[in-house]
Amino acid sequence: MPAPSRWAIRAALVYLLLGFTAGAVLLAAKGGLGSVPWRVLHPLHIEWLLVGWTAQLTMGVAYWIFPRVSLRRDVSGSPRMVWLAFAMLNVGIWLAGIGAIAPRPLEGTVTLLGRLCEVSAAVVFARVMWPRVRPGLAQM
Amino acid sequence: MPPLTRWYVRLSFTYLVLALVASTAGAAQQPLGLPGWVAALGPVAVHLFVVGWITQMIFGVAYWMFPRRSAAMPRGDPAPAVATLALLNAGLLLRIVAEPWHATRPSSLTGGMLVASAMAQWLAGVWWVVMMWPRVKER
Ligand code: HEM
Repeated sequence: MPAPSRWAIRAALVYLLLGFTAGAVLLAAKGGLGSVPWRVLHPLHIEWLLVGWTAQLTMGVAYWIFPRVSLRRDVSGSPRMVWLAFAMLNVGIWLAGIGAIAPRPLEGTVTLLGRLCEVSAAVVFARVMWPRVRPGLAQM
Repeated sequence: MPPLTRWYVRLSFTYLVLALVASTAGAAQQPLGLPGWVAALGPVAVHLFVVGWITQMIFGVAYWMFPRRSAAMPRGDPAPAVATLALLNAGLLLRIVAEPWHATRPSSLTGGMLVASAMAQWLAGVWWVVMMWPRVKER
């Protein structure tokens, strides 16, 4: 498993912990166990689990197992670009999460910045992975 | 494919069907005049999909495919791994029953079931992460 995948998957596991914890607190509060800042936890729960956990884990695993680019060199596409994609994705997750809970005038701008980072991450990742969507080198 | 993965994957297919049935029922509630609790199935349908289908599929496939922990115990101790499956599914099933029930007729029983569901799913998640963390490695 290459280093960018290891870091993306570890980050996804951390988001799973954060997101499940927020979800459990929300659900327990729904069941009457204390009151919680719903407006804060609800958007964070969704951001952490949809983007931080499911999207990031899928990206990390795809970078690990998709067919390689070249038989001669053990390369999985541009590692620098994939690091950039993972970094932007994580900055985006936190900006979008903070944006969702920030006070009024800031709210929209921070969320927008976060979403832009996430979109850029997705574009860069798709660009890196595109040539790897093909038959395995052994089958060619 | 280890037996635990087979269970995870079979259950995840089942939840995919249930998730889509729940969303369909929610959409049919008004036009067909179905009982009120069907309208409260929204969060259940979402979580049948994201926890029951997607997360459960990931749990099962990662348990199977991630680098081995050691030659002697490639996937670690199987007993706690089985506990993650049992807790996740017990928690989800409790939620399916309790959430619409609590939305229409809240009581200490339905509230308690929601709290139990939250704890079971949380424990499953934490346990699974603890179990898989050492397997996120180069080879
Ligand atoms: C991968 C896992 C998960 C994802 C992607 C996810 C996603 C979501 C989404 C999209 C919503 C908003 C939809 C809605 O409110 O109906 C939501 C709400 C919620 N989630 Fe999750 N969730 C996950 C796991 C969990 C878990 C494990 C729990 C509890 C232990 C939980 C508890 C809640 C609660 C209480 C709400 C609010 C429901 C309401 O509006 O009353 N979630 N989640």
